[in-house]
Amino acid sequence: MIKVIGLHKNFGKLEVLKGVDCHVASREVVCVIGPSGSGKSTLLRCVNQLEQATGGQIFVDGEEITSPKTDINKIRQQVGMVFQLFNLFPHKTTLENITLAPIKIKGVSRSEAEQVANELLRKVGLTDKSDVYPGQLSGGQKQRVAIARALAMQPKVMLFDEPTSSLDPEMVGEVLEVMKDLAHEGMTMMVVTHEMGFAREVGHRVLFMDEGIIMEEGTPAQIFDNPHNARTQSFLSKVI
Amino acid sequence: MSLDSILAINGLQVVIKNFPFLLEGAGLTLKITVLSVFFGMVLGLVAGLLKLSKSRILSFIATIYIDFFRGTPLFVQILLLYFGILPLIINTDKPFVAAVIACSLNCGAYTAEIVRAGIQAVDKGQMEAARSLGMNTGQAMAHVILPQAYKIVIPPLLNEFIAVLKDTSLVAVISAEELTMRGKLLYSTYFEAAWIWGTVAIMYFIMTKLLAILGDYIERRMATE
Repeated sequence: MIKVIGLHKNFGKLEVLKGVDCHVASREVVCVIGPSGSGKSTLLRCVNQLEQATGGQIFVDGEEITSPKTDINKIRQQVGMVFQLFNLFPHKTTLENITLAPIKIKGVSRSEAEQVANELLRKVGLTDKSDVYPGQLSGGQKQRVAIARALAMQPKVMLFDEPTSSLDPEMVGEVLEVMKDLAHEGMTMMVVTHEMGFAREVGHRVLFMDEGIIMEEGTPAQIFDNPHNARTQSFLSKVI
Repeated sequence: MSLDSILAINGLQVVIKNFPFLLEGAGLTLKITVLSVFFGMVLGLVAGLLKLSKSRILSFIATIYIDFFRGTPLFVQILLLYFGILPLIINTDKPFVAAVIACSLNCGAYTAEIVRAGIQAVDKGQMEAARSLGMNTGQAMAHVILPQAYKIVIPPLLNEFIAVLKDTSLVAVISAEELTMRGKLLYSTYFEAAWIWGTVAIMYFIMTKLLAILGDYIERRMATE
């Protein structure tokens, strides 16, 4: 579903990604872990071109998104993204946040979009919040709305950029629960996270990134129980 | 009765007798202001968006427009337009047309900067979220960024409108018969400087005050929304 080949990304003189190769198969959940500044988020943001790659190729569902000929807006409709800071639209209600893109981009009728939105709200456990503005929601609720908003476009892949990192500890669980359900339904997911428990339990594969490259990858059992790379070992010893 | 008080009463009479004449001038002042603010807003929105555009050429053109009209006196712009440029383009010597064009262009340049600042004040994550859903830049602007920017932009815009109202007094130099020009005409007939210019000042003050009150009302309504 996602294939990244030799990805390089520079911000000015700073080289953040130094040749990353990875892939995510259909229905697979891949968790990306690593210390901050290792390039995890940049990698994820390159996959839907919020950051433009300096070099290398990225394919989503067989289409090369790094090619200038690709209509990136079409690709992005199939790639849902969930941000660390939610980025809900503050001037729109929960329901409007979810229906905006389907109505305006896909041309779905309002009633149909609202029906889908209400189903998604049920899925994330927020049926009673449909007419509320984001300002009145807790962090955990905001992030669940953000997930519903991304799902409303019926994406083939979901990208999660540290979705629980800005939440109060007691709200992390409710968001991870929603993500877990999504994984069990067979959604293809790429998750940048510091939640090692989630990566171990839900991830099919774990990528450990440091200094702009993937240092080690494997099943959660391989990475967490038997890491080979010294860097991985030292990182895990600090966070677990 | 002392000489002074007779003079004062004479001045009062002049003002009362000619009040409709001044009121007409104030009407033209409002007309120039409303038209200039309307065209200025359209110009400002376009120029502000162009300045932020990724196209270097469009952004450069917008920058030149904004910098020129903000960097030169409106007084000079009015003279340049009325005596220098308009005669080359259209066959009219109507000062009203020149007044509206000059004030619109000037207002547009200031509005553009207000629009640009308002858009840039919207959190960067909003654009990213909109784009990540598949919106193009135009859709993201229309549905996500501008509806949020407009709240940020309203207070400075109202200030700008008040400034435009006061600045229309400069078009007296091309004899557009707005309030200040009417005051000049009265003064040259009656020489009652304090009474005439005092009345003109109060009339401007009332107009700007009303605009400010309207602005406060709009701001309060938006805050409760």
